[in-house]
Amino acid sequence: MQHGKYRFVAGFLALPLIVYAIFVISPFVQAFQISMTDWSGLVGTAEFVGLDNFRRLWESDEFWNALRHNIYMLALIPVITLGMGLFFAFMLNVGGRRKKNEVVTGVAGSKFYKFVFFFPQVISITIIAVIWFNIYNPDPHDGMLNSFLGTVGLDSLQNAWLGEKSIALWCISAVMVWSNVGFYVVLFSAAMASIPREIYEAALLDGAGRFDTFFKITVPLLWDTVQTGWVYMGIIALDAFALVQIMSVNMGGPDGATDVMPLRLFQTAFRDSQFGYASAMGIAMLIVTMAFAVLTMRFARRERIEF
Amino acid sequence: MTIDETEAVAKQDPAPTGTARPVPAKRKSGGEGGVLNVFSHGMLVVWTLMVGVPLLWVLWSAFKDSNGILTDPWGLPTSLHWENWSNAWNDAHMGRYFINTAIVVGGSVTGTMILGSMAAYVLARFQFPGNRFIYYLFVAGMSFPVFMLVIPLFFVLRDFPGGSLLATYHGLILVYIAYSLPFTVFFMTAFFRTLPASVAEAAMIDGASHTRTFFQVMLPMAKPGLISIGIFNFLGQWNQYLLPMVLDQDEDKYVLTQGLAMIALQQGYDNDWGALMAGMMIAIIPVLAVYAIFQRQVQAGLTAGALK
Repeated sequence: MQHGKYRFVAGFLALPLIVYAIFVISPFVQAFQISMTDWSGLVGTAEFVGLDNFRRLWESDEFWNALRHNIYMLALIPVITLGMGLFFAFMLNVGGRRKKNEVVTGVAGSKFYKFVFFFPQVISITIIAVIWFNIYNPDPHDGMLNSFLGTVGLDSLQNAWLGEKSIALWCISAVMVWSNVGFYVVLFSAAMASIPREIYEAALLDGAGRFDTFFKITVPLLWDTVQTGWVYMGIIALDAFALVQIMSVNMGGPDGATDVMPLRLFQTAFRDSQFGYASAMGIAMLIVTMAFAVLTMRFARRERIEF
Repeated sequence: MTIDETEAVAKQDPAPTGTARPVPAKRKSGGEGGVLNVFSHGMLVVWTLMVGVPLLWVLWSAFKDSNGILTDPWGLPTSLHWENWSNAWNDAHMGRYFINTAIVVGGSVTGTMILGSMAAYVLARFQFPGNRFIYYLFVAGMSFPVFMLVIPLFFVLRDFPGGSLLATYHGLILVYIAYSLPFTVFFMTAFFRTLPASVAEAAMIDGASHTRTFFQVMLPMAKPGLISIGIFNFLGQWNQYLLPMVLDQDEDKYVLTQGLAMIALQQGYDNDWGALMAGMMIAIIPVLAVYAIFQRQVQAGLTAGALK
């Protein structure tokens, strides 16, 4: 078995490692280097400026504005998405008609629901953005949402949606919730399926209501999965690039109302050619993301329940 | 139990067996279950419509003329405008974008699976100095935000020795492979560990080389894992938007997502919306086909991705 082992190992690892080192590891290291230069990218001169870019970033109202929007989204989108995911997963797995010998059953057609709910997860975010761009079309006849509201007599709710400064960010956030709920329905359903039925049966026979069982059995037993989902959803809320870039008025508008960190970085780098400064934004994003992940892990930790 | 509730149960729960002669304690939960059942279905149907209607709207709009899409967004097509599809394919260049996407994704999924499983196999089954380090080096890649990497990556490709890789198929393929390796290696390493060692040993005793054992014995055994992670990579790479945005700025080499975004961003409200909708369907159909066929693996694979 040992014959030629090391040669084989080296041969199999060489190519994957080279590709990975060139395109992932080296950019990671370079990001830190570039962030400390005033590189404009096009000509080869990059002066070392130390932490200047970071100071500039700290004083940039534009970047704080974008960061603030990401933080609003971070506070709201995961709660709603995971809440709806848990709710629907519970409906699918426990909301069914009681059958013989089974106290807890899923609703009929739960596979169909999961198929439809999950679908936005497999199609491209660009397509989702284009679809919702049309739904939010402000015209009272052309816009799907506005024409629907008009048809059912809720004209007073018609709005400019993405063109309205006070709600544009929430319109985009709603799309993030819309496209991700199905994912958590499937994720939580899988986790719920592994909870022994006897626990529910015992609780129900003891007179617990369905809603008690939800909050006192299901949620605590799924806590690990919820926590992971929280981190994952938080990272999505810190991104939002494609949706904002395609849907928002004037890239981040109206008037900066939907600007987010990745869009700022993208514009600074590939429109304004300020690669050093944009890399500093990238490092700032890394720090925000890491801080969020660490804080979530720290505060969401609970005693693990074995079953 | 009140009379109202009893009536509600009687109306809503026609199941004759099981609920016909319940003991009192069970009747309570049964009644509650019945009400909950109607409520559950109601909420689930509402969300099905919320998700399904916008997607169906793309489908039926792909058969309407622009005028119909704009003046009557909810209306069904009055006649089937098949020309939208040829307009999208030819005039809006979706055909070219489709072929670009197919070439890049075909190459990168194949490459990802081969390189990823080679590395994973070695990491899972061989003891050698640096094994853990290399494994964690790969796995760490899952936590790098791609946004932070795109600027240096752009210059790595532009200044590549032997010629710029920007806006080339092989450049994009290599990048897709590199960015898919962390999760692929992570997933496949775990998978190879679950396979029995005895089969590989038997093959070696019969005189097969390590390489031969890998390709002829271990890879076929790893098929379920390869399928799950292959689908995962296919969907991710087919829908990739940020990397081509940055690395592929030549319109002739655009992938579908870029082409769609460009059409949507540039068109404004008075152009060929029918073609845009048909173009979206052209991008959706391969994904829909994969999803419909491999529904269970897709759901399992993607949710496994979240629990990395």
